[in-house]
Formats: sequence, C-alpha cells, structure tokens
Amino acid sequence: MQFGVFSVSDITRDPVSGETPSEAERIDAIVQIAEKAEEVGLDVFAIGEHHNPPFFSSAPTTLLAHIAARTKRLIVSTATTLITTNDPVRIAEEYAMLQHLAKGRMDLMLGRGNTAPVYPWFGADIRQSLPMALENYNLLHRLWREDVVDWEGKFRTPLQGFTSTPRPLDDLPPFVWHGSIRTPEIAEQAAFYGDGFFANNIFWPKEHYMRLIKFYRQRYAHYGHGTEKQAIVGLGGQAYIAKRSQDAIKEFRPYFNEAPVYGHGPKMEDFMEMTPLSVGSPQEVIDKTLTFREHFGDYQRQMFLMDHAGLPLKTVLNQLDLLGEEVVPVLRKEIEARQDPETAKPPTHAVRLKEKYGDQPARQPRPNANRGDNVTGGSPYQDSR
Amino acid sequence: MTTQKQLVLVSAGTSDPSSTRLLADRVSQRVATLGLQKELTVEIKTIELRELASEIANALVSNHIGPKLQQAITALQHADGIVASTPVYKAGASGLFTSFFQILDNDLLIAKPVVLAATAGTARHALVVDDQMRGLFAYLRTVVVPTSLFAATEDWTDPGLNKRIDRAALELVALMASGFEKTVRDESWGRYQHEFGSAGGTELSIDLDSDLMRLAAGGQA
Repeated sequence: MQFGVFSVSDITRDPVSGETPSEAERIDAIVQIAEKAEEVGLDVFAIGEHHNPPFFSSAPTTLLAHIAARTKRLIVSTATTLITTNDPVRIAEEYAMLQHLAKGRMDLMLGRGNTAPVYPWFGADIRQSLPMALENYNLLHRLWREDVVDWEGKFRTPLQGFTSTPRPLDDLPPFVWHGSIRTPEIAEQAAFYGDGFFANNIFWPKEHYMRLIKFYRQRYAHYGHGTEKQAIVGLGGQAYIAKRSQDAIKEFRPYFNEAPVYGHGPKMEDFMEMTPLSVGSPQEVIDKTLTFREHFGDYQRQMFLMDHAGLPLKTVLNQLDLLGEEVVPVLRKEIEARQDPETAKPPTHAVRLKEKYGDQPARQPRPNANRGDNVTGGSPYQDSR
Repeated sequence: MTTQKQLVLVSAGTSDPSSTRLLADRVSQRVATLGLQKELTVEIKTIELRELASEIANALVSNHIGPKLQQAITALQHADGIVASTPVYKAGASGLFTSFFQILDNDLLIAKPVVLAATAGTARHALVVDDQMRGLFAYLRTVVVPTSLFAATEDWTDPGLNKRIDRAALELVALMASGFEKTVRDESWGRYQHEFGSAGGTELSIDLDSDLMRLAAGGQA
C-alpha cells in the first residue's frame, strides 16, 4: 500500500493571517512539501494541472522532474493530467521524458477538467469532453506501446508514421490512473486497459464512490486482467491532524470555513460526518482511514490533500510530520494485517518491470540513423524487424 | 382491500403554523378522504422546508446533501403524489421553495402527480402558480393537476377556495389511482435522461452498448 499527498496547486489567501502567497512563494513551498513527503516516509507526491489563476500548476512535468531530481524514493504523479485539452501526443512525449529522468519513479492520473472556459483556450469544447477524453487516451495508450503509429480520430489531426520519443523507460509505459467521480465510461476505460482507477473521495458521501469503484472492479475482471479484488484502486482523502482532537478542530475550522468549493457551506462537523474528511488526533485519522478499505475493498494507494485552502507552509510541513510519523506507520501495519492476500501490489516500475520481462533484460530501444521518414519500412529502432 | 399510497406534502411556509402549510394540509386531508372512496389508504408525510433551509443553501453552493435533506429526497422518491405549497414573495415563489426543487436530480420526480399551491397577501399574485411554478414542475417531468391553488388573504373566508381544493384533490386522487406514474416508470424509464447515481442515488443502470462505451473500450465512436 502506498501513501502520499496530492495538491490542487491552489494559491489561496490564508484566512487567519490574511496573507496571499505570491506565485513564487507557493511554487517554492510545493517543492519543500514534496521533499518533506519523502523525508517523513511517504511514497507519492502528486500535483494537479490548471490553466487559470489562482492555481500555479500549468506545467506539471517540469515541476515533477525537478522534484524527482531532488528526491530518492518518492514517486511523482499528477492529480490530474488533463486528457482533454492536452494533445495526447504531447502527454506521451512529456511523461515518457519524465519517466526517464525520474528513473521510473512516476505515474500519472488522467482527468477531464470541469472548467468550461479553459477548453476554448486550447481549441476544445467542454461539451465534447467525454468522447475527447476517451479518444485521446485510446491514442495515448498506443503511442506508448507501438513504435510507429498510424491514427485517425475526431479530435486531433491524423498521424501517419508517427513515433513518440523517447520510448518509455525500459519500453514499459508509465502506469496510468483514471480519475473520475461520476462517469461510468471512464471506469470502463480504466477496466478495459487494466489501468488503475482513482476516486478523489473528498466532496461526497462514500456511497457515491462505492458504486463507481464496484463497477470498475467488475469490468476489470470482465476484461480478464484479474479478479475484482486484484483491480488497482486509489483513493483520495483529506485530513488535518493535531496531537489533541480539539486543537485540530480549532486550528482547521477557519480554513475549512473559507475553503474553495465547500467553504461557506456545510458545518465542518457535518462535513466530517458525511464525507471522508478527518480532523482530529492521529488515532482519529487512523480510525477513519481504516474504514475506507471496508467500503471500497483493499486498495493500492491512499492520497491525502493537506496543503490547500491557504494553510501556511509551516503548518503543512508540520501536518506532514504528523502524517508520516504518527499516522501512516500505523496504517501500514494495520492494513497489512487486514489486507486480503489476493490484493495486487502497488504498481511501481520495479513490480511492473518484473511482470513484463520476468528475469529477462528490458528492451532498450536504439534508433536507426535518421532516414527522414517513418512512413515507409519498419520501425525506426534497431531491434525491430 | 385498499391500496397504500404515499402523499408527500412540501411546504415552504415560514411561520408555524403558516397559511401556506394550512393550504397544503387542507388539500392533503381532502386527498386522504377522497382516496378512501377509491380504496386508497393515503399516508401523509410532511416536509417543512424551513427546517431544511441551511442544508438547502449548502447543497446549492457545495453539492453537499445533508442528512435531513437526504430524508426529504427519499420521501419524494417514494411519493405517489405530491402537494407543493409556497408563499409568494416579490411576485414569485419563495426562493426556499425553488431552491429545494432545483437541487433534486432531474429524474427524481418523473411522472409523479402534483398539486401546486401558493399563498399571498394580495390577489395580484394569483397567476404565480400557473405562470411560474408550472414551468419548474414541467421541467421535472411531473404531472401537475389542472387546478392550481392560490389563496390570498380574502380567499380564506371564501367558500370558493374549498371548492377549488376539492377539485384539485380529486384530480390528484384520480391520477394516483390510475397508476400513471408506475406505467411511465415501468415502461419508459430508460427513455428519459439519467446520470449514474441520479434519481436520488437509485439510478445505477449502465448501458454498455452505447457509442461512448465502445469508445471507452478502445473502439471508434
């Protein structure tokens, strides 16, 4: 089981101090948060993708490559990469490059994006967002698995004899999570390809996510990738931790009350009751998180949202200390003791390398000398016929 | 042998008791009495929107459905007939009333028979029900009975109001007894637009044979 933190990349006014960090301050802070995540023993750091203020993360692979270079064990990922407004060819190239630089310590999560005005900035239309996401991923999936791709679809210009470079590290495509909270087609696509499925598990009661995860598991088994229990599931969640429960509640309330999306709405206590939010002592966060596997089945990755709503860097780093030192070690032990033995291992590069190649060496594509086109003849790589 | 029917009364009145609630109560009582004549045992459930006011506001701004709101949604989902009653403010139905119905899933109330009622301080608001409220309930694909109820201050002493209440109640009972909702839902549910988890969390069917599902499984749309 992997544990990590994911960030929306929001730059939000701190409602307690009244200060809004500059973009420069927040970008420096996010690197420190990622480094801290590794330092306290977490496995994954993921960043969102947005193309409008008040968010900074428009170029996730640049940030993640930098973080990968500054860390040793941490897996870098996204939450999410926009599979709609990004050209799938650019996703294939950028994330394969990231995979090389991070030495396989990366994966990515795909999402559609629900901000209508963003779509036309990239020549797209939100009304086509679902078919666009599905088609774009069908192409992305091929670009990482076929050296030369001929392709034609509705949402981008056709490709003739296109090779996405660099080829994935060890010719092993990056692992993909499909993030969705309400769309059966996305769960179906994740299941069809045997990819992971991620439910953000933040805003809604658990029943909402349980339905879609159940459907994904059934379809994963239907397509022959394994049993329902072996399907690869990731969950979000959010927590605010303090040694004493009442301190957690007192400290977090002003941030909750003004948080984007749900602030100025439900009472924090009601929100805690009805959604996966935990605000409390380490033990309370542990207890609540342990209920997730009872509702959703055993899963591979638990992500926490910890740096949003204007929480200052110092507080976030302190939260990560508590999460890494007092919460996650207990969760690892407790979940290991309870987990169904059939549960799949988390999808790391090493695990997947072994699955693909066994004890054989991985393929290392070496290009032929440039001959100016890929359209005629075979693969541009020396090892292919 | 009588048949059990659920009548759900939704009132956006604010005082206790309010004339808005009183109007809805009188319709509901008439529905129960007339129902017995048609071998329907009508059980009445009441939703007072004033008790849900903060949860309705939360749901509008954050999609977060609170526990009392969820109970109200479940009651409406099982309703065989609905009496919906609101005060008129500034020449329109109360914002509390419209907000509540705007939160509901589009398919929650399909084919359910409804009596619409409104109260106001002046007869000048008399067309609010027919001109404004019917549109909302048409959007929700409900069947609103032909007689709309409206009571301004002077109507409470006018026997004409009771006649209209009788008419509306009978129209509702006739629709409830006919099994219209059941026929539409049993035979035509799939022809309406639904989302996964809509109809108050009960709509869980997934069409695996759609163009999008074929595209999801690597095919062409």
